[in-house]
Amino acid sequence: MKRTIPLAICLIMGVVMMIQFFIPHPISLEFNSTILNWIIVLFAFALVLAIGNLIRHHSIKIRKRKHDWPYSIVTLTSMAAMAIIGLFWGIEADSLFQRIYLNIFAPLSATMFALLAYYMASAAYRAFRARSLEATLLLAAAFIVMVGFMPFGQYISPRLPAFAEWIMRYPNMAAQRGIIIGVAFGAIATALKIILGIERSWLGGKE
Amino acid sequence: MNLTPDPWIWIAAFLTLMIFSFLYKDNPFYKFAEHLFVGVANGYYIALYWHNTLRPNLYDPLSAGNFIYFVPLLLGLMYFTRFIPRIGWLVRIPIGFMIGWGAGISIPAYFQADLLKQLQGTIVTPNSFLNPLEGIWAVIILIGVVCTLIYFYFSKEHTGILKPTARLGIIFIMIGFGASFGYTVMARVSLLIGRIQFLLGPWLGLIE
Repeated sequence: MKRTIPLAICLIMGVVMMIQFFIPHPISLEFNSTILNWIIVLFAFALVLAIGNLIRHHSIKIRKRKHDWPYSIVTLTSMAAMAIIGLFWGIEADSLFQRIYLNIFAPLSATMFALLAYYMASAAYRAFRARSLEATLLLAAAFIVMVGFMPFGQYISPRLPAFAEWIMRYPNMAAQRGIIIGVAFGAIATALKIILGIERSWLGGKE
Repeated sequence: MNLTPDPWIWIAAFLTLMIFSFLYKDNPFYKFAEHLFVGVANGYYIALYWHNTLRPNLYDPLSAGNFIYFVPLLLGLMYFTRFIPRIGWLVRIPIGFMIGWGAGISIPAYFQADLLKQLQGTIVTPNSFLNPLEGIWAVIILIGVVCTLIYFYFSKEHTGILKPTARLGIIFIMIGFGASFGYTVMARVSLLIGRIQFLLGPWLGLIE
């Protein structure tokens, strides 16, 4: 029962959602919309679970005075403050919540990703070596696209931006399309295995 | 220099510098900013999910007497049974519900968006040669897609005709990976430029 009921629910949901896709009747569309609302709610509950785990992790770190525990206070305090401000004072465009979002969350997020520019360039410098034809092609394509899309690319050669665009539109498109089609086959096969109960690793545990 | 008096911009500027300080080495300023980011991000999503998801999709319908919404509430609460060993298996029910929904919805979606549409875009027809140059590029795309797929076909050893086609496939894949890498680096560099523009413009007032 502990495994059969979840597997049956998974099978029924999978089959019903597949059939629903091919029935453009108002009842079918209404059903899809209702289920989608439920799924959104379930996602929110999953987030609550994740946040519960985060709070537990940092609370244990503080209680046991583990390495760098004072920073856990920063995480928990800022999370509580942001949540309380948003929950009780609203999230409207001119609210304090949005000001914090624009002046704390957005700059931190953008700077974190900007930092990756340096690390990607540094990793590329260490890893990219033109040892074989394949490695040389990878290096050349990356270099042409990077330089071609920079404003000074056209000063090196007026044709460089157009060549970078050509690489993106044709050879790159061909490879990406091949990969997308392969991934789609894999995803469909995996989804079928899950619906039919062949793939059961999501059940976890032994019982 | 025309420094801004806006305290919010000062906060944003200091947080930006705190994150950039990691380029020197790991330090308390970076750790503070990093932990602040995690906390603020989670707090942001708590409030956002309540206002945009839980209230309109659960609380409001239940308050209006729409008791069918007890089903997602019950399913959601089942997530927390994983903390009670005796009934911990109940957590599989909402997971099964979501995984079944995701698998069921993804099969036709993948067929439509990632298989049929991509194949439709790859097929070469006489119309592809209305502009001869575009026709040649369409043939290159067709060859690239077929060779890439053959490279990932591992059910048969890459010998005979499969060997050169798989070899051509890896050439296309390498150009694709290189181009994607270059494009991603450029996206990150534009973010970096954006942050530097922020420091020099709204904060220090050195540029317009």
